[in-house]
Amino acid sequence: MLDVRGIQKIYEGKGRTVEAVRDLTFSVGSGELVCIVGPSGSGKTTLLKIMSGLLQPTAGEVLVEGKRVDGPPPGMAVVFQEYGRSLFPWMTVRENVELPLKQKKLPAARRTELIDESLAAVGLAEAHGAYPWQLSGGMQQRVAIARAVAYEPQVLLMDEPFAAVDAQTRADLEDLIRDIWHRFQVTTLFVTHDIDEAVYLGQRVLILSSSPTVVRQDLAIDLPDARDQLTTRSSPRFAELRAQVYSQIHRPKEPAGEPASGAHPVAS
Amino acid sequence: MSVLRRTGYVLGLPVVLLVSWWFLSANSTDFFFPPLSRILESLREEWFGPRLTEDVWPSLYRLAAGYAVAIVVAVALGVLIGTSRIARGLLEPVLEFFRAIPPPVLVPIFILFFGLGDGMKILVIAFGCMWPILLNTVEGVRAVDSVLSDTGRVYGLSGWPRLRHLVLPSASPQIFAGLRQGLSVAIILMVISELFAADNGLGFAVVQAQRSFAVPETWAGMLMLGLLGFLLALLFRIVENRQLAWYHGLRRAQRSN
Ligand SMILES: Nc1ncnc2c1ncn2[C@@H]1O[C@H](COP(=O)(O)OP(=O)(O)O)[C@@H](O)[C@H]1O
Ligand SMILES: [Mg+2]
Repeated sequence: MLDVRGIQKIYEGKGRTVEAVRDLTFSVGSGELVCIVGPSGSGKTTLLKIMSGLLQPTAGEVLVEGKRVDGPPPGMAVVFQEYGRSLFPWMTVRENVELPLKQKKLPAARRTELIDESLAAVGLAEAHGAYPWQLSGGMQQRVAIARAVAYEPQVLLMDEPFAAVDAQTRADLEDLIRDIWHRFQVTTLFVTHDIDEAVYLGQRVLILSSSPTVVRQDLAIDLPDARDQLTTRSSPRFAELRAQVYSQIHRPKEPAGEPASGAHPVAS
Repeated sequence: MSVLRRTGYVLGLPVVLLVSWWFLSANSTDFFFPPLSRILESLREEWFGPRLTEDVWPSLYRLAAGYAVAIVVAVALGVLIGTSRIARGLLEPVLEFFRAIPPPVLVPIFILFFGLGDGMKILVIAFGCMWPILLNTVEGVRAVDSVLSDTGRVYGLSGWPRLRHLVLPSASPQIFAGLRQGLSVAIILMVISELFAADNGLGFAVVQAQRSFAVPETWAGMLMLGLLGFLLALLFRIVENRQLAWYHGLRRAQRSN
């Protein structure tokens, strides 16, 4: 479904070059829910922007259903980290969700159906006429999620969507993501710097090293599919997985040249 | 009560000024400072009489036409310059030069090309008041938020829909700032374009009254211009508040956080 091959990104600044991402290779199967976890500054946003065609990689390529990404692919939705800046403040909640559907040239009846369904799914059935700035941060992020879901994407990318919301809202939104993923069967890639969140949400967790970034480990999360905040998080297996991720992230860097598990050298 | 009080604040000083003027000038025999009663009489008889259709209306028509032309040209050019680096490089030096020309000196030249008619005056107004609109549009277009722009790209917004739903609304607070400056320039140029060569219009009528020593009419013409400017500013405020309601709401929400 989604193939990331040997992605490298070097930002060229004035007299300063930053190798944000060194070599990332992994793939995500159709319908999978994969979490990417890495410390902040490890190039997670960079990776997501490359995958969504918003940014050109320095080396490597991204394939969506075998097709090379070169500009935003049609069947992909992205939920950005900065939710406050990703909703159109001159549009109501409803218009925000509708705009991408209009670009897809869906008929009005179908648009209404999708808007109602997606807003209900995120618990905002009452907020159609509100403007984004009239809503709390958590609600704004829900609108962004509803907009992505209504778009009926084949791939849904999310960049630390809950980094700025309070703990309770965050727990609710995490369950919402699992719920939406179950309901709509969409291939989901969820980026976070929060280890617990990654383990709680994912079927798989990709652990990134700090910059220059490689994949440290590709860890299968063998927790039962039905998860809830209390029992899942207090289960012994959760604690083990969590510890494993933690130790991978905090493991000292290997000498250069040795590829981390799952990563291939850049094909030149 | 508080509405009454606000109205009181707004109207207080103007009323005091008018009343003082009225009484201080009541017994004036100075030819150049006629009593306010005489001026108001002339305002009613002349300016709200025949001159309303003969002079005020043509002026307003040219103002509206010139302003409209300026908006269309300036916003279109502004979007082009703000989005395309090539257009920016090509056009900016030329525009900087044109902008440096004081619009009134264009009147004699435009008369050579376009004669004395409405066309010349409309062009003078348009040429003069387009600069603040243009510059603000360029600024606004260039300042579109990067996350919003990425969001647009992800959801397939491009071409005209991108302009209509993303770029223009996002730049609209700046564009309106430019429109407001442009409007005051347009009013000034409306008068100036009628001073040189005209057979009707507010500016023309005021100068004519002054030349024929019709002092109360001259004063009344000044009042009329002030009144007109005030009403246009009010109208502008109303339109702006409607169009930018989202922006003011957003700002208020950001401040209270
Ligand atoms: N546009 C850019 N220009 C230069 N450096 C950048 C740019 N964007 C990100 N970086 C750098 O790349 C690294 C990774 O950034 P980012 O992808 O935002 O990481 P994360 O999302 O994991 O916090 C950081 O060191 C950051 O400073
Ligand atoms: Mg980031």
